Amino acid sequence: MSLELKNVEKKIGLDTHIYTTNLKLEKNTINILLGPTLSGKTTLMQIIAGLDKPTTGEIWFNDKNVTGMKVQKRNVSMVYQQFINYPNFTVYENIASPLKITGISTDETKQRVGKVAELLKLSGMLSKKPNELSGGQQQRTALARALVKDSDLILLDEPLANLDFKLREELREELPRLFEDRDCIVVYATTEPSEALLLGGNTATLQEGKVIQYGKTLDVYNKPNSLLSAQVFSDPPMNITKIKKVGDNCSFLDDSVNWKSKINIKDGEYKVGIRPHNITTYKEGNNSLEIKGKVLISELSGSESLIHFTKGDLNWVSLSNGVFQKNVGDEMNLYMNADEFIYFDENERLVTNG
Amino acid sequence: MNKTINQKAWFFVIPVFVLVAFNAIIPLMTVVNYAFQETFGNNVFMWEGTRWFKQIMLSERFHASLGRQFLFTFIILFIQIPLGIGIALTMPKEGIGVPICLVLMSMPLLIPWNVVGAMWNIFALPDIGFLGHSLNALGFDYNFTQQIGDAWFTTILMDVWHWTSLVVLLSYAGLQSIQPAYYQAAEIDGASRWAVFTKIELPKMKKVLTIAILLRFMDSFMIYTEPFVLTGGGPGNATAFLSIDLVKMALGQFDLGPAAAMSLIYFFIVLLVCWVFYTLMMRNEGNQ
Repeated sequence: MSLELKNVEKKIGLDTHIYTTNLKLEKNTINILLGPTLSGKTTLMQIIAGLDKPTTGEIWFNDKNVTGMKVQKRNVSMVYQQFINYPNFTVYENIASPLKITGISTDETKQRVGKVAELLKLSGMLSKKPNELSGGQQQRTALARALVKDSDLILLDEPLANLDFKLREELREELPRLFEDRDCIVVYATTEPSEALLLGGNTATLQEGKVIQYGKTLDVYNKPNSLLSAQVFSDPPMNITKIKKVGDNCSFLDDSVNWKSKINIKDGEYKVGIRPHNITTYKEGNNSLEIKGKVLISELSGSESLIHFTKGDLNWVSLSNGVFQKNVGDEMNLYMNADEFIYFDENERLVTNG
Repeated sequence: MNKTINQKAWFFVIPVFVLVAFNAIIPLMTVVNYAFQETFGNNVFMWEGTRWFKQIMLSERFHASLGRQFLFTFIILFIQIPLGIGIALTMPKEGIGVPICLVLMSMPLLIPWNVVGAMWNIFALPDIGFLGHSLNALGFDYNFTQQIGDAWFTTILMDVWHWTSLVVLLSYAGLQSIQPAYYQAAEIDGASRWAVFTKIELPKMKKVLTIAILLRFMDSFMIYTEPFVLTGGGPGNATAFLSIDLVKMALGQFDLGPAAAMSLIYFFIVLLVCWVFYTLMMRNEGNQ
């Protein structure tokens, strides 16, 4: 089983919403579409589902051209950012609704709904109506509707975006388990890099209607093919600076920071991407560079501390473990792990990831 | 905790209080005053107790006009609500068609009520009116000033023309607020058009339709100006709805006591029907 997009392009009027895209999604994989709002995730997803037709190009499923085939015939299910359930159906009827047109017997329906409801912790509320449930339970019902039939393709369009923090964390942890041992292709759109890392599988980074990179999630994270891909896959945003390399000597910020490097690239100027968690308040790794920064903002995120600071003309973001707060305007020492720098050329293509 | 005493707050309350008193409470109490007493002018009143109420409740004339009123209201609700939803469903959802449809739909609502009556009166005149003349030319024996059926037909047609737009606009607003994802979900489930209508659109429009029905019930139950101009309540008393009958009694015959009692009964009927309907419609609504 595989799904392939061949030269798919989507235009609405004169606007191009999706630039020519080639993608091959394999059976039993989770594929994450990662990109900021308006990057084309939803449009691409609707084309994949068959809810929308590409302007040019074809969609092939199991070596069959399914471009323009009606969505009912494609055996797909979809979960949305909004909690989409039939308002005057009970939870049971809602979960059973996708089975209606398949002609499955009542007994089997009952059994399947029961199983899915248990998986999603909805067993106790099968006779309630959606508006009697919390947001998290409404979204669980929508997820159950998607899982109850054996779809070839399950699409999830930012399913956690409308949930509040705690419910989101809770459901996020359950997600990978839900898709285990399912004979289907899962496509999952999200704006959050952490969700992509948690779900694993494959990731496609998107920006302004273009797929920048597609591959195994960890590969895309560790070896972004371009600065753009690295930026999409970094939250908090990636720090970018220019460095000079002459022989073994590397330097940046007008030579104010120098270090020796055995990195095997030719001499010249490079753009370097540094992930916030590689700038810390403590030394990490063997190749730690010390810099002095001036604190702009200091904030806590869970058990981690985010410090925004200035050094040179640039604003930087650092992410350290532990909870502490710095005063605005303080000078402080921060350490960059030079082994984790990602080098890009003048065209912002990857040179090496250190 | 000690409350601060600050009498200035009265300045915020008093204007509303005075306004409501003058435009609602004082006139209403005057009516109540008349309803329990008999007067021959010169500010001389005699206490009559519930006599006028009994008289109205037992009067055949009141029963007849109340019956006509309910019949009229039910007929126009029966036509306008489904028709309004139907038109709203066929209206475009985006593009240049939206403002065009909305403006066209709002037109009848912008015309003063007595003008609507006068327009339809002229339009329906059997000899020179476009509608009346055409119907007669087609072989129908149509004369709304003399035949009861024709008078009802014209009054109902006028009300449908005038007020269906309100239902359309409310339903359209309700439909527009349904997220596209609902339709996609239904498409994926393979739901029929009818299922989409009954399982998604109708439940999602429930609140706005409740308001539409309430507004149309109240307005049509209190209808006065348009039939007054169109038929004057005739032929005979055939289209003398409650308010027309009330005005006849109060200003035509100057029976102020019975008229006041009748208007109080009238008021409570409207209130009761609205309350019962609203309570029934909203009893299963969660806090969505």
